[in-house]
Amino acid sequence: MTDLSMREAYGRALAEYGETNQRLVALDVDTSASTLSKFFAERFPDCFFNIGIAEPCMVDVAVGLALGGFLPFINGFASILSLRALEQIRTCVCYAQTNVKIAAGYAGVSDFKDGATHYSISDLANVRALPNMTVIVPADAAEAAAWVPLIAEYDGPVYLRLSRAGALPVYQSGAKLEIGKGRLLRSGDDLTLVATGTMVGRCFVAAEKLSAIGIDARLLEVHTLKPLDRELLISAAEETGAVVTAEEHNIIGGLGSAVAEALAETVPIPIERVGIPDRFCVTGRDLDKLMDHSGLSVENIIAAAMRVMERKR
Amino acid sequence: MSALTLEKTFELEEIARCLRVDSLKLIYNRGAGHPGGALSAAEIMAVLYFHVLQIDPSRPEWKERDRFILSKGHASAVYYAALTRRGFFPRSELDTWGELDCPHQGHPDRFKTPGVDMTSGLLGHGVAIGVGLGLSARLNKMSYRTYVLLGDGECQGGIVWEGAMAASKFRLANLTVIIDYNNVQLDGPVSAVMPLEPLADKWAACGWHVVEVNGHSVQAVAEALDLAHQIHDRPTAVLAYTTKGRGVSFMENQSYWHGNVPNTEQFKQALIELGEVEND
Repeated sequence: MTDLSMREAYGRALAEYGETNQRLVALDVDTSASTLSKFFAERFPDCFFNIGIAEPCMVDVAVGLALGGFLPFINGFASILSLRALEQIRTCVCYAQTNVKIAAGYAGVSDFKDGATHYSISDLANVRALPNMTVIVPADAAEAAAWVPLIAEYDGPVYLRLSRAGALPVYQSGAKLEIGKGRLLRSGDDLTLVATGTMVGRCFVAAEKLSAIGIDARLLEVHTLKPLDRELLISAAEETGAVVTAEEHNIIGGLGSAVAEALAETVPIPIERVGIPDRFCVTGRDLDKLMDHSGLSVENIIAAAMRVMERKR
Repeated sequence: MSALTLEKTFELEEIARCLRVDSLKLIYNRGAGHPGGALSAAEIMAVLYFHVLQIDPSRPEWKERDRFILSKGHASAVYYAALTRRGFFPRSELDTWGELDCPHQGHPDRFKTPGVDMTSGLLGHGVAIGVGLGLSARLNKMSYRTYVLLGDGECQGGIVWEGAMAASKFRLANLTVIIDYNNVQLDGPVSAVMPLEPLADKWAACGWHVVEVNGHSVQAVAEALDLAHQIHDRPTAVLAYTTKGRGVSFMENQSYWHGNVPNTEQFKQALIELGEVEND
């Protein structure tokens, strides 16, 4: 893990971006000290609204601000936003096409001390099924910061999934990011690792280990789950013939499902999915060990690669 | 605004009658809709659209316009009736209401119907969205006001009170909520399904200026909305006591007519009771 957390990088980037965009407003639900929207709040107190512990209300207030011509970023925990406030997001943000940006913090199991109530392992499934929604999952702190101006300047609802923690660094400052365009991070022809969020760095490690035993893995970062970069996936599937997906999310409904859906319709090759195996996770003392315990270890990725290589033959 | 002249009072009363007739025609022609809560809100809508709201039908996106949210989106018939009568779109567009790809949706859609400031349908959103609009006006240093029409049954949902607390926290005097308090919802009397009383006290306890009026008196509704202009430190809640299905004897106070459509005989009877001469 890096020293800088994804939330801190995001929070500082939001405050920074506030200097350049007068329409930016931020809302939080008594979690600004956690999501770190407080950096924005401290610098722009008149443009920050603390709604109290009421996520559905925060979404609707943001909708009103968007209707009034502002650019609201709402901040809270992914688990609550994507579940308790999902109807507001569906009806008033996605259906009504209001320009609300949802910064969903503490995603996955990153709030490792607090347990299954606080973990968000179904949010990608929930928001991915909403028409008009764009879903973005940064791989590390630097990438989280880089997305802030990009999604701010995109016109439409965006769900930005943020970890409480950091992640193995994979994004080099200044590298091109484009909504809906995946990134080739490592070349290889034997199979393709398709990863999102905090699992991108872990897949890098896995790819190096696979290389040591003679398996040449390609690595794609799919930061945009929706709209999915089908062309990039199709070419990788055609060229490598096998895919392993990896995400800090239930294996149901997230990246693995999205990739399987796309490839089943186009290039139906063997796919293995690394993710949380449809169960509630436990609390831990540190995130790395909890992720390993939750089915997200480098070894899990390597084992999936070996299985998919076997099926490819 | 000032007190209504006698002439204006008669005019608004006649508009309310026409909105009832139009609502029933729309619902009857479509074979779907919610007559009870459309009829109860006729005077409220007449006062809003023909007396209070600062709007311009030729410029539905005018930035300084007053905003209106029909939080009880199922009363779309009376909303469409008011909008077309006010000139936002031709009445003929409603001839095909309900057909596939007709211009206007079952519930209000801000992209499909000119004059609709916010999409609605599922209950509960209006107050909190109104808070965002109220904050926007303040940040933009604009003087427009936001009006939200709530159903009474809608007040059974927690999101209404989340929004009420937020409006109070931010002292949004530019936000006015009107509750169409007809005391009948889909499953029966509101007081039986889930009692709201003391509803005026609840709004007051949330920090709102509260006015209670006869929601079928255009004079009383206009005065209440006028009074809201004079309150500068709090949002205003107008509890408008109304009768579900108002103006059609067999529909009044009957939960059956929350969402059912009259048959031909009932439709003709309703029009007669509303003083509408049959042409066909």
